[in-house]
Amino acid sequence: MNRSQAKLTAGIDWPVFGLYLALVFIGFLAIFAAEYREGDNIVQNLLSQNKNWARQVLWLGVSMVLATGIWLTDSKFFTATANLFYAFGILLLLMVLAIGTGVKGSHSWLELGGFRFQPAEFTKLCTNLALAKYLSSMETDFTKMRSRLIASAMVLAPCAIIILQNETGLALVYFAFFLVMFREGLPGIILVIAFSGIILVLSALLVDKYILFYIFTGIAALVIYFSRREIRRKRSRLVLILSIWAFCAAFVMFIVPFVFTKVLKDYQVRRIEVMLGKENDPKATYNTRQSMIAIGSGGFWGKGYLKGTQTRFDFVPEQSTDFIFCTIGEDFGFAGSIVFIGLYVALLFRIIFIAERQRSTFSRVYAYGVASIIFFHLFINIAMTIGLAPVIGIPLPLVSYGGSSLMTFTMLIFIMLRLDADRQMVLR
Amino acid sequence: MSVYNQPRKRVIQLIILGMVSLIVMRLFFLQVVETKYSKLADANAHLRKVIYPSRGIIYDRNGRAVLRNEALYDLMVTPANVKKIDTAYLCEILQIDMEEFRKRITRAINKEGRVRPSVFASLLPQDMYGKLQESMYMFQPGFELVLRPVRSYTYGVGASFLGYISEIPPSLLADSLGRWSAYQQGDYLGRTGLENTYESILMGQRGIQYLVKDNLNRPQGSLENGEFDTAAVAGKNLRLALDIELQVLGERMMQGKVGSIVAIDPKTGGILTMVSGPTFDPNLLSGSYRGQNFNKLYQDTSSPLYNRAIQAMYPPGSTFKPITGLIALDEGVITPAFGYPCRGGYAQCGRFIRCTHSNPGHAANMRTAMANSCNAYFMHLYRLSVDNAKWGGTLKGQAKWVEYLNTMGFGVRLGVDIPSEARGIVPDTGRMNYRYRGQWNSCSEVYVGMGQGLLGVTPLQLANAMCILANRGHYYLPHFVESIDGDRSDILKKYKEKHSVAHISDEAFNSVVLGMEDVVTHGTARGAQIAGVAVCGKTGTAENKARINGKIVQLKDHSLFVGFAPKDDPKIAIAVVVENAGFGSTYAVPIASILMEKYLTDTISAKRMPILQRMMETVTMSPEMRAKSKLDSLNKVNYSTAQGDDLLRKIIAN
Repeated sequence: MNRSQAKLTAGIDWPVFGLYLALVFIGFLAIFAAEYREGDNIVQNLLSQNKNWARQVLWLGVSMVLATGIWLTDSKFFTATANLFYAFGILLLLMVLAIGTGVKGSHSWLELGGFRFQPAEFTKLCTNLALAKYLSSMETDFTKMRSRLIASAMVLAPCAIIILQNETGLALVYFAFFLVMFREGLPGIILVIAFSGIILVLSALLVDKYILFYIFTGIAALVIYFSRREIRRKRSRLVLILSIWAFCAAFVMFIVPFVFTKVLKDYQVRRIEVMLGKENDPKATYNTRQSMIAIGSGGFWGKGYLKGTQTRFDFVPEQSTDFIFCTIGEDFGFAGSIVFIGLYVALLFRIIFIAERQRSTFSRVYAYGVASIIFFHLFINIAMTIGLAPVIGIPLPLVSYGGSSLMTFTMLIFIMLRLDADRQMVLR
Repeated sequence: MSVYNQPRKRVIQLIILGMVSLIVMRLFFLQVVETKYSKLADANAHLRKVIYPSRGIIYDRNGRAVLRNEALYDLMVTPANVKKIDTAYLCEILQIDMEEFRKRITRAINKEGRVRPSVFASLLPQDMYGKLQESMYMFQPGFELVLRPVRSYTYGVGASFLGYISEIPPSLLADSLGRWSAYQQGDYLGRTGLENTYESILMGQRGIQYLVKDNLNRPQGSLENGEFDTAAVAGKNLRLALDIELQVLGERMMQGKVGSIVAIDPKTGGILTMVSGPTFDPNLLSGSYRGQNFNKLYQDTSSPLYNRAIQAMYPPGSTFKPITGLIALDEGVITPAFGYPCRGGYAQCGRFIRCTHSNPGHAANMRTAMANSCNAYFMHLYRLSVDNAKWGGTLKGQAKWVEYLNTMGFGVRLGVDIPSEARGIVPDTGRMNYRYRGQWNSCSEVYVGMGQGLLGVTPLQLANAMCILANRGHYYLPHFVESIDGDRSDILKKYKEKHSVAHISDEAFNSVVLGMEDVVTHGTARGAQIAGVAVCGKTGTAENKARINGKIVQLKDHSLFVGFAPKDDPKIAIAVVVENAGFGSTYAVPIASILMEKYLTDTISAKRMPILQRMMETVTMSPEMRAKSKLDSLNKVNYSTAQGDDLLRKIIAN
């Protein structure tokens, strides 16, 4: 090993780099398995770029170039240009709204000389940089309500635009940043409230609204009964309890029905209902059903690489993008799936470890952002393929086919690796 | 700050672990606990495909294929792939309009969906296929030509006994426990003739191939390299006793005539030729226009689908006299030397029934009576047989006489190996009682002695009776199939069995046979003489009546001839019936003689050539029937009679 090489790789976090390569390689194998048919001419497919796996090889090459470029960039560049990135990202999103191309109902693609590009993926990176920049700036005091609101607004702005593009799945991912904010001091009660909110929404969807109304009323009555002494001391308690009761009741009685009939699209309502098991429309459940058959038929040890009948013969739709996990589940079984998910968990924990060793708040917030985004993608994507979450199209990081997604995650990770290599510096 | 937030790192790690373990638990349930998914996956991905074997070929006695498989093409469409094609040009080739084009595309989508191929035009006629083949590149990949084997009748003859195949009709399919339970909708099945009788042999064994299929049911390859597959076994070939040259000659000579020809090899019972006129080119019922043609044939006034050789019942007339004679001899009521003093008629039944001869001694014994075809002699023989004291009464005598007829194949189905054979009519006691209300004696139906009256025989039965005479007392069940390639079953066993029916001396037999020889040498069948061959025969001119508009009308006589040759080493027995054509000697004799000569000497002598020409050209069909029949124009459209014509030219040139 000569000096210049030693210099080039100095400070790189090998575990993350290794896990990155492993996942990208597994991704390639899975895309290949989803598409390859006996008798295909591999070399010809590669040269003519007429298969997803062949194009993915190209994207891998581009990603490697990007990664090298990032690695050679000064860390200060990212702090300096974070806000610029954000502004650029928002601009791109607005441009898509104006001149974007529609693909399968969503309207989130930009055509650029024959290539399609999805800015919603890229703006995750921008938002992460900008959030890190804001939270690490001297003026920001995250214990203040104002800072929290500004940070939330920074996150929710791109989210709102993406919802307008009909990419609900990608928009949801932006909620991952609340995990980062939690780490940076957002009160835990907000997470608790968010969690209670989810429970409220789920119960509103699952249980009849009149029954829920009686339940809420009963709970409120009990709480008032048991805390009657405190209420006698402090009248405001009663007001609080009553207002929570009123909100919950109003939520199930009016807000949820309103959202379902007026705000959400029909297909979204159906997906949610299917996911909750309220509806058995075979068309709506087709994707999930086929995906579960594919994964379930893998058994403990799997059918073996390239032996899966379900994924190879197109029973599962979108199998090289959103449903790529089916290939792994079918070909490698439960054992393979555990190993595969284990790789992700290792990556996430390593990133959290890296985050915690940073001296600069910027780097820490950024690294937590990377972990949160990957975690959200991972959970929602796999949960969707096994019928735990509604089918919302978001890719499996580093594994799913797609240039935008692969490049975004590559950049996310390599910027983090660059920042980590320079962790002795204080960045703002 | 970093230190302050340490527990939050733990919370985040716990959230990650919690959510991931939720996924792992779910995966464990799906992949390890629950087993239904692998079954569902198999149901998704496995396809059972039936492989159709090629149908057996039918050869004549000299190994010439008379019914074989020909490749026709179906035009298949995959609607999803139809893009930017010259629809107008395609319509022009297929001779359909745009509306029909759209209708067929819609039907294809309804039937198989957009991504699977379905039939757009089936069994393209040759010229259409040719045009389409040239410009196929313009219509791909939405349209493809797919090979579809169909039955082809090489010489365009043999429609009456070869039969045809068609898709299994719903009525047979509905009977799920019956003979056709193994068939599925769309399978082909022999409907008539040999195709029907030997269906199980001709069709072979279907194979089953297990394929893996994709989400749109498109096959993607074999399952486990074909470990579970069974191979299709091709149908076995049939070898017939048929002589295709006789068949072509016979069918051409029966053009424009109603009637039939049956020729049998008496030594085996193998049918050498069977013609039912008028007939049609069997290729009409195979290929592109089957349904259309079937309707036309079905409705045609000349009933070409009716196989007269086995279904039509004729009064045999004088051709029946050898039978009457044979029974009388076998019963022992007469000897060959028995004579009858016929003076121009038979008067013993209270009415005078004319005989064509009145010179004394024309019925001095069996031989002369046969040679002169004395009506009185044979009516008398019938009466002697029935009133034979040995049986104890006319009723029992009549029953015995009918029993003789039955053993000789009259009044019963012989069991030839094609379906729909008719029984015929014999004057059994039941019928006699019915007609005469129980009051009858040997005089009531005395005409049956000379082949008229309460008698209906099929040409096949007549030819079979000639076999009995030729063999001097035995016959083999008439049949088409002599052997089946590679078949060890006993399906043909019953055709190898010898049936002995008469037990009289050769001398007695010879009195009948010599009488028949005399008919040919100096009697009514002189036209049947073949140089160097001793031919035995008997002509018949059968009176027949029909009920037309409620009135019974006497129609022009049927022209009949029966015979066999050579006399002492018989190789061919023949029966010819030409309906409403007059004397036996006018049509039946020449037709039979040409066929016998061709078969025995493999040539047609120069002096018979003009007769052959005349037979092929003469029309005896009634003008009314002919005017309404579309058969001639139908037979003209077809494509492969050319080979039959070629063969005919070769026969004539020989």
